[in-house]
Amino acid sequence: MNPPTYEIIIGLEVHVQLATRTKLFCRCSTQFGASPNTQTCPVCTGSPGALPVMNRHAFQLSLQTAVALNCEIPRFTKWDRKQYYYPDLPKGYQISQFDLPMSEHGWLEISDPDGAFPTKRVGITRAHLEEDAGKSMHDEAAGKADSRIDLNRTGTPLLEIVSEPDMRSPLEAKAYLTELRLLLTYLQVSDCNMQEGSLRVDANINLGIPTDDGEIRTPIVEVKNMNSFRAVERALAYEAERQYQVWQETGHRIGDVPKQTRGWDDQAQVTKGQRSKEESSDYRYFPDPDLIPVTVSEEQIDEVVKKQPELPAALRERLQANYKLSHYDADVMVNQGRALVDYFIEVADRSQDAKRATNWVQQDVMRTLNENGIGIDEFPINAERLAELVLAIKNGELDSSRSRDVFQFMMDEKSDLQAALKALGIEKVDDSVLVNLCRTLLEANPKVVADVQAGKQQAIGALIGQAKKQNPNVNPGQVREICLQLIQEMPS
Amino acid sequence: MSITQLSALELRDHIADGKLTSEAATQAYLDRIEACDREIKSYIEVDADDALQQAREVDQRLAAGDSVGCLGGVPIAIKDLLCTRGQVTTCASRMLQEYRPPYNATVVEKVKAAGGVLLGKTNMDEFAMGGSTENSSIQLTRNPWDLSRVPGGSSGGAAACVAGGMAPLSIGTDTGGSIRQPAAFCGVVGLKPTYGRVSRYGLVAFASSLDQIGPLAWSVPDAALLLEAIAGHDPQDSTSAPKPVPQYSETVDQPLKGIRLGYPREHFEAGLNPEVAEKVQAAMDVYRSLGASITEISLPHSKYAIAAYYIIAPSEASSNLARYDGAHYGYRTDEQQLLRELKEERKTLEAAGKYDAVDDLDSPLIRMYRKSRAEGFGSEVKRRIMIGTYALSSGYYDAYYLKALKVRRLIRSDFDRVFENVDFVIGPVTPDVAFPIGAMTDDPLSLYLQDLYTAGANLAGITSISVPCGATASGLPVGLQLQAPAFEEERLLRAANMFQAETDWHTRRPTLG
Repeated sequence: MNPPTYEIIIGLEVHVQLATRTKLFCRCSTQFGASPNTQTCPVCTGSPGALPVMNRHAFQLSLQTAVALNCEIPRFTKWDRKQYYYPDLPKGYQISQFDLPMSEHGWLEISDPDGAFPTKRVGITRAHLEEDAGKSMHDEAAGKADSRIDLNRTGTPLLEIVSEPDMRSPLEAKAYLTELRLLLTYLQVSDCNMQEGSLRVDANINLGIPTDDGEIRTPIVEVKNMNSFRAVERALAYEAERQYQVWQETGHRIGDVPKQTRGWDDQAQVTKGQRSKEESSDYRYFPDPDLIPVTVSEEQIDEVVKKQPELPAALRERLQANYKLSHYDADVMVNQGRALVDYFIEVADRSQDAKRATNWVQQDVMRTLNENGIGIDEFPINAERLAELVLAIKNGELDSSRSRDVFQFMMDEKSDLQAALKALGIEKVDDSVLVNLCRTLLEANPKVVADVQAGKQQAIGALIGQAKKQNPNVNPGQVREICLQLIQEMPS
Repeated sequence: MSITQLSALELRDHIADGKLTSEAATQAYLDRIEACDREIKSYIEVDADDALQQAREVDQRLAAGDSVGCLGGVPIAIKDLLCTRGQVTTCASRMLQEYRPPYNATVVEKVKAAGGVLLGKTNMDEFAMGGSTENSSIQLTRNPWDLSRVPGGSSGGAAACVAGGMAPLSIGTDTGGSIRQPAAFCGVVGLKPTYGRVSRYGLVAFASSLDQIGPLAWSVPDAALLLEAIAGHDPQDSTSAPKPVPQYSETVDQPLKGIRLGYPREHFEAGLNPEVAEKVQAAMDVYRSLGASITEISLPHSKYAIAAYYIIAPSEASSNLARYDGAHYGYRTDEQQLLRELKEERKTLEAAGKYDAVDDLDSPLIRMYRKSRAEGFGSEVKRRIMIGTYALSSGYYDAYYLKALKVRRLIRSDFDRVFENVDFVIGPVTPDVAFPIGAMTDDPLSLYLQDLYTAGANLAGITSISVPCGATASGLPVGLQLQAPAFEEERLLRAANMFQAETDWHTRRPTLG
């Protein structure tokens, strides 16, 4: 493969809806999906005279996130008004944070399980709190009907997390988003549901192109309207190639043209330019006189650090170190969420057999979850019961050839191990019974005995099948072993 | 003595003692309004039935032996900048001419909870921007002392209705002097509390960091009573102070001993009407006779107060008034007319081959914003929105808004320093007395200078009171201003009452009808 002709430079802005029950500056519900304009009050509709009061829980969730993103937390932060006109912005300004955000200068480590790029830290420029706007619904039959406004979302708390332009490929951008979403999920600060708009991504992208006069940078383009991580990856790949072509045609460098905003068209799989008129806005930020600044104490931050749950990166390392999972397996497991990891750890700890626990959880359990679209909390076999199953196999009490039947039964009937074994007629075969069975089989199959004595050990296989037919509970390994032993003891 | 000449405290006590019913008191005021307000036009709206209904409820509670609160049955006028649920709250603007808020301002709730009877909503300068109430889009209010003159503003209706005997108590708002200046012009008492003393929830914002709600009344004890009812922390206003509220009306009669007064030399310089200066000097002599020490002080940055004020207030106003865009509240331009207009313009441009100009034509939404705001706001409001928008624009922010904030800090520290040596700052409220209607209509800058002595208290966030201290030869009231450190309302009221106990200016009434 030829070395790349350009380097891609990507920075991401992620808006995360915080998992508060009420809005950022009033007590209206944040529940998604209610009838339009039913979750509103004088404050979030911007009624004349109404005043905002900060939701402390939203600030707490932001603090937890900022700490987990290794950000510096200033002791003093304030609110600013970002002013623009739009019908879904009832006050004519959005309460946000401008020059003194609640956190800045953090990082998030990303890696690729397949090693497609080296593990790296992506810088977090800042994370700040702001209120969401409402939703405009435009009737596409142009001119025929009015646009409609739903203010239910107005005032919902958003954390805007701005990264440094540290990503060098669409894959890295996707890895960053995946890791960020996982972190937010582990912190339980957001449900990160992209369909419901709980997580929104805008990207800034340009290229570094090596030329004879040194590297030049192409103009930065902001890409919006990407509704999945997959869309982000594709949009960025498309945009990089497009920018390269534009550069070849125009030679435009950064600063030559005003910053452009393009929207991703998922149907057409292209980015399309948006009106630059909307771009050149002056937001006239100034401190919101209706809100008092927020001070954050050392103790508050210590408290957050102390109560911080184990984060995905640390958990991955623990699974690799303590349970001998591969990087890949640890990644797969952690990506399933904390509940599944806890389930696995309990199975592994109780059975003291991490390897078998890994296989069972990653194969049989996760397949079932995926097939049925359920979470581990709805899975019929709890960790304690699965551990019993693993332990029985480990101790040779259950032949692995029958273990899947047992698993299936436990799942279908929501039973424990003993009930499953009993129902399936599975019991450990007594040694003397087994020896007698083998002896009978050998006597009835002199050809097999002769073949083995002639050095063809695989001939035993025929006897194992017969043994299972006579007693399904026999362990094939044991049958093989005893038969060989008996043949050896025979006078030749 | 007629009912409408009783003080609010007397009214309350008569009602409590059963000498009078709240209904009778309310009816007396409604009759007075009926008789006099055709001329004065201090009220925008009076809901007589509702007022009488409230009064009867208070009477019933009293009859049942229930407690009715410190305002028990006393009628009260509310400036039309405060939200009253289901009742017009116009802010004296065409923009909100039909607006009926879905909720009550905290102060309105507090007045009701204290047993006050809401009489009606008083006139004002549009969105509280002005000093004469001439900027009302609803009506022109006249000064009860001289019908050819303005009542001051922006709480002109609030002052005029008290002066005219059409309310014993009235609630106004003060952003740069909007309670104290009309109180001075109308010869009544007006108090601007410390920023944060009274909740702003439900006060339609002009300049959020400066606005404060306060009482107007004939006498200092009456003002103390109303402040007591409306002050206090409100969980719905983050900027309201979580401090206990003293029982102002209980202590207002207790004189202070050995008070130290300082008069700022900057408030007695050129531009001050000599008659006003003379009355204020005489008031200082009264304090001397009561044992006060009086020294000259300096507020060196006060000369920048107006400049800073007219950057900060319009900046905040430009943001606060952005919500009146025709989309959600109040006035919206005629949409059909708008669409026809755009179509015409497009046709004209296309016919002239000006296709670039066609591209630059407003979208219907933008044109709706433009026209609604152009038609819905009066010229002073538009002037301030433009000043504020300019001051906050990128490239100008540092030179104007940020600089004004620095001046504000200096003004605040001037007061901090002065209050190390004196208990109160004393001086005139305004450079002049009430001026003739129309005299300053074409001269907004002169009108801005009316706030010269008052705006400092708003910028510094301290408390300040205006009490009548005399009249000019032509019979126009003159106001005396006393200013005190933040949250010193209790002492400020006592100091002001010392003056009223010695003088009778506050007992003089204009002749109406």
